[in-house]
Order: sequence, then structure tokens, then C-alpha cells
Amino acid sequence: MFDLDATMLARAQFAFTIAVHIIFPAITIGLATYLAVLEGLWLKTRHADYKILYDFWSKIFAVNFGMGVVSGIVMAYQFGTNWSGFSDFAGSITGPLLTYEVLTAFFLEAGFLGVMLFGWQRVGEKLHFFATCMVALGTIVSTFWILASNSWMQTPQGHEIINGIVVPVDWFAVIFNPSFPYRLVHMTLAAFVSTAVFVGASAAWHLLKGNDSSAVKKMFSMSMWMLIISVPLQTFVGDLHGLNTLKYQPVKVAAMEGNWENTPGKGTPLILFGLPNMEKETTEYAIEIPDLASIILNHDKNKPIPALKDYPVDERPNVGVVFWSFRIMVGLGLLMLIQSLISVWLRKKGQLYTSRTFLKFSLVMGPTGLIALLAGWFTTEVGRQPWVVQGLLRTSDAVTSHSQLFMSISLVSFIVVYCFVFGFGYYYMMQKIKQGPSKTAEPVIAHQLSLSGRI
Amino acid sequence: MGFDLSIMWFGIIIFATLMYILMDGFDLGIGIIMPFIKNKKSRDTMVNSVAPFWDGNETWLVMGGAGLFGAFPLAYTIILDALAIPLSIMLIALIFRGVAFEFRFKSLPSHIVFWDRAFMVGSIVATLCQGMVVGAVIDGFQVYERRFSGDAMDWFTPFSVFCGFGLVVAYALLGNTWLIMKTEGALQQKLFSMAPKVLIILLSIIIVISVWTAFGHESIAKRWFSTPNIYYLMPVPVLTILLCHFSMIALAKEQAVKPFVYAIALVFIGFTGLGISIWPNIVPPSISVWQAAAPVQSQGFMLVGTLFIIPIILMYTFWNYYVFNGKVKEGESYH
Repeated sequence: MFDLDATMLARAQFAFTIAVHIIFPAITIGLATYLAVLEGLWLKTRHADYKILYDFWSKIFAVNFGMGVVSGIVMAYQFGTNWSGFSDFAGSITGPLLTYEVLTAFFLEAGFLGVMLFGWQRVGEKLHFFATCMVALGTIVSTFWILASNSWMQTPQGHEIINGIVVPVDWFAVIFNPSFPYRLVHMTLAAFVSTAVFVGASAAWHLLKGNDSSAVKKMFSMSMWMLIISVPLQTFVGDLHGLNTLKYQPVKVAAMEGNWENTPGKGTPLILFGLPNMEKETTEYAIEIPDLASIILNHDKNKPIPALKDYPVDERPNVGVVFWSFRIMVGLGLLMLIQSLISVWLRKKGQLYTSRTFLKFSLVMGPTGLIALLAGWFTTEVGRQPWVVQGLLRTSDAVTSHSQLFMSISLVSFIVVYCFVFGFGYYYMMQKIKQGPSKTAEPVIAHQLSLSGRI
Repeated sequence: MGFDLSIMWFGIIIFATLMYILMDGFDLGIGIIMPFIKNKKSRDTMVNSVAPFWDGNETWLVMGGAGLFGAFPLAYTIILDALAIPLSIMLIALIFRGVAFEFRFKSLPSHIVFWDRAFMVGSIVATLCQGMVVGAVIDGFQVYERRFSGDAMDWFTPFSVFCGFGLVVAYALLGNTWLIMKTEGALQQKLFSMAPKVLIILLSIIIVISVWTAFGHESIAKRWFSTPNIYYLMPVPVLTILLCHFSMIALAKEQAVKPFVYAIALVFIGFTGLGISIWPNIVPPSISVWQAAAPVQSQGFMLVGTLFIIPIILMYTFWNYYVFNGKVKEGESYH
């Protein structure tokens, strides 16, 4: 089926299941922190709007979290069912990192989520706030471990290879591998930014519909503040991450820039758009700005950046995918930067909640954070190919030898089930968002003080 | 040699799996017995009784998988490869029942019937698959040069299917007795009348599986019936019978908590029996825990954190249950 071999089918399944999954944790990370901030502000100021927003977003958080949990369990088992070569080879490193993620993050989130969602009438306010903070902390810790694992696959160090199996030698070096700090900050910020544009779009929708309660305004205002803080920071961190990739994974950078060949002594142009052609080994119809790639990446207009032809054909990634996903990410990032700058200007003019053009723009921007986040992951993951662990294990050697039939059925099943289940989940989330925040905050005090379990 | 990391890790994984079976057991069990409870309000109460816990319960499944991956990558590789089909089906079933928790309260009224069905079918199918996985592990795997070399359908045998059925009944008992503890009134009465039947079916299944395991697997029979093992193992069947007996009495007296405690003990014993039967192999019949072990550096690194963190996890898990203890009132709001 699909005219693809079992390896490609396994890759497609992994790409599909992880791409759907990552949307949920990204929103979870952002919303958990947002909820902790809301509750903290509410406890401090006692302003009802914060509590109203907390009640509103915690319901959406619950749906999102549930979908994250079930789609995440699939990931934990897919390494074994489809990638036995990888699991056997690198399990001694990725396994312990995943175990630490479960121990320090998943249990923390799940353990306090019940109190966070259902515990208002069972525990005191401070304890409830503590539970919210623990859930938020869990999401960040989870990011830490999973990105340590992924970064090790990108820039492995701290290990030896004994009898064809990776053996960890220095765990500190394994975890704090060269690309880890950049990837961690870049991804965490991406989650915050994605959530901020999403929350902003929800508020914009209500404002456009004429629902301009103080809670909705507060929601919009907070998300725009978040954008103006995090988007410029993200641009800066993204640049640093690119420089790190240039140093450790030069061929990925060559693919991102669609740069096939250098002329000695001359700088590399920045290709804005073009169609990379892997057979002809050139980027067709390229619109270029001379020397700009060299200036951005090397800070030297005469120093060329890596070129694809300097690497054997079988060590190059799919240039078209990397080239274009990178441009989608950067392009959407720039749009978000523009959005955040306009918000400051409108706020100054006192038109933040009334400029319909900007509200419509903010509504359209809603999904762009998540799209940019996915595009960024496609850039870095496809850019690492043909390796699954850079320089150590090829993807083709990592896959389990299931039959093409099995992999086809499995892929189709996951696509059908995910579209169905998460399609409904998305629909219900949108329904909740459209309902909007309620007029008054939900009660906090228990109706029966004798309720058992109250602390 | 001091202590053996591989033995420690075998113990931890058995512990995580046991925690999973007990904890997700009762919330899967709620889905299994839901077809027998038609009243919508009762169904809401049933789901509400586990709503604050199910995420945490399911995390033990991830813990078992991750622990196996980290401590015994070879076993993880072979077992998951061999069981790719039942595990994939299980994951899909868990997706349906997991989202049903949230969706049945968030969806449109006309969708609720569907998500209730998704919850019931998902719970039953996931449990069937887990039981078949257990059966397949007892049956063992064919291995050649560090890879599974059998057929993709090897796991599908009469024995494994029967194990699947057995686990469905075991979880049903856990769910049934959990609900007795958490509910009151008419729903509780109905549950009191169901539990003895479930218990009797479970006891018959335990007997059949024990006999089948012994006669179908020579090496296990040898371990069970040779001296002095038989003396050590003798308490297992005796305890099983006693627990069923006490459970029946507690149910007849309509005691609310004891039946659940006995159900946990019953499942605990059954599961320990499994651990004893396959030890020291982690991929029966050929690969031992030591052969499948990750390098000492990996097992050691994980152990330090695990021994430190698991007690903390148990503490706040216990706290979570404490916060939500007592009966679930009908109509007590979900959010």
C-alpha cells in the first residue's frame, strides 16, 4: 500500500503520531504556566477576573491534557514496536532519560492534576495553588528530559560503543550535550508563544463578537504581553540555536539554506525562496540576497556556509522538506513578531481592544504558533536524516522488520483513529472556547465543611 | 557482589506493573461493568469516582514501559516487537477510553451515548489485550540473534485469549469492589449483588489458568511441583481460597471497604505467581534478566533516582486519594 517500503511507513507513522502528540504537550506547557500565573495573581489581588479566567482555561486544559496523555502512551511504546534497532542500540541512554521523565514529570503532573481540576472544594486555596504549580513544574521538567533525549540523538556525546551497543560513560555529558540548552529554551519558548497566540486568538474572537467583559480584555492583554516578551526572545534564541546547528550539524544547515555549492572565497547568498531539486543538485528559481547567509551565520560576508555537495549523497537529508519547513517556521515567527509589535503600538494608542483589523489578524494568527512549532520540528528531525542518532545509527538500521502489510494497516489505523478522536477533541475544545469565560467565578468554599478529605 | 542491579530492576518493573494492574485495573474495571449499569446518573457517578485518579493510574503503564526500555532494552525490543499487534490495539483502545473521561462531560448531549460506548468497549478491549500479552509472555518468545524471530501472530493462542478473558474478569472485580467502596444507595446495592458472581467466575478462571499453565509449560510445572518449592508455594492456592471465602462473607455482610482490599490481595497473589513462574527469564524461555540488562551505568543511574523518587510519588499519590476519599455523591460536579 502507498507504494512505500516498511521503513518509510514506520517513519510516516512516527512522524504522524508525534506531530499530533506534540501539539497537546505544547499547549499543556503553556496553559499550565498561564494557569499558575492566573491563580497566583488571583490569590495576591483577589481580582475576580483572574479566577474567572482560571475556571475557563482549566476546563480546556483538562481536555487537552487528557489527549496528551493518551497520545503520549503511544509514543512510549512505539520505540519498541516499530524501532527495535534503535531501542536495542540506544535504549541504554534514551530509556533511562525517559524513565526519569516518567518519574519526575509524568507522575507529578498526574498526581496533582486531580486536585487542580476537582479539588477546589476539597483543599485550601494555598494547597490548591501548590497543586497547580506542581502540574506546571511537571510540564517543564518533562520538557527537560525529553529534549535531553532528543538532543543527544542530534549531538551525541558522553558514550562509548561496545559490542555495537551504546554505553553511557558520563551522564552529565549525555544530558548536557551541545545542542541541549538551545533546544530546551527554544522549545519551551515555542510552547509559551504557541499558547499565547492561541489564547490571544480566543480573546480576539470574543472581542470581535462584542463580548468585551473585563475578563476577556484581561485575557487578550495578558497574551499580548506574553508575546512581546517571548517572541523577540525566541528570535534571539532561534538564532543561537542555528549557530549551534552550524557547528555540530553543518549538513542540516546546508539543507535549511538550500546551499549546494560554494565558490571559493565568496560569501553564500541567502535564498529567500526556491525549489531545491535533489536530482539536479541545485535550488531552482532561487530568489537570493547576496552574501546574507554568510553574514547571518558566520558574521563574515566572505566566509561561505556549508554546502550540500561537500557531503556524500547518502548523508544528505531531504532538502526540499528541510528548506521549506524552515521557511514556514521563520516566516510565521516574523508574523508573530509583527503582531507583538503592533500590539504595543495599539496599547499605547488605547486601541488594543477596539481595532477590528488587529483583532481579526490576531484571530487568524491563532494556530500559527503550533504550525511554526511543527515546522521547526520537521526542520530539525528531517534535517538529521539519514541518521536517527547523528553519525551513529542510520534510520534504515533502526527499524523493526515488520511486513509492509502490517505497517500499512497500523499507519492507516492510527490516522483514522487520531483524526476521529482528536478531531472531536478539537471540536469540543473549540465549543468550550466559544462559550467564553463565565460572568462570575466558581465557588471555592466547600458547601459542606464536614466533607471528608478536606484539609 | 553486593546487590545485583538486574535483580533490583526486575523487582522495580514487576512493582510498577503490579501498581498498574491494581490501579488502572479498577478504573478499567469500571468500564467493564458499565454495560450492566444503565442509569445515566449512576454512570456519571462511576466515572466521577475515578476522574481525579485515572491519569496517575495510567502513568504506571508508562513507567513499566520506560523502565523496561531503560533497564532491559533487549527485552523491551523483543517483547514489543513480538507483541506489536496486541499492544497497538491496546493503545488505540486506551485512547478511546481515556478521552471518553473528558469528552462525555464536554461533548454535546447527543454524543454522550457514543462516548459511553467508547469508554466501555475501550476498557474491555484494552484489558483483553493486556491479558493476552500476559498469556503470551508465559508462552514465551522465539528469539534469534537479539531479535524476535517468530510470527507476528504467535501471541494469539487459546491460552493467551483465555488469559485475556481472565484479566477482564479480574479488573471487573476490582472495579466492582472499588465502586462498592465509593458509592451508596441503589447503585451500591446493585454492585453488592453483582460482586459475588464476578468473584466466583474469577476463582474458576484462576483455577483453570493455573492448571493450564502447569500442564502447558513443563518448566513452570517443574518449578511449582519440585521440592522444596512446593512447600513455599503451597500458601498461594490456600491464600487464594481463603481470600475468596472472606470476600464472600464481607459481601454478604455488605461491608464497603473489605471486598476491595480482598480483591487487591487476590490480584496481587495471582500476579506474584506469574513473577515466580517466569523468573529469572525476562523474555521466556531463553533470555534472562542478566542477558537483557542495560549496561551497569544505565541501570545504576536510573536506580539512584528511582529509589529516591518512587517513595515521594507514592506519598503524593496517597495524598491525592486521601483528598478525594469518601463517597462520590450523585451529581457532585465534575468540574
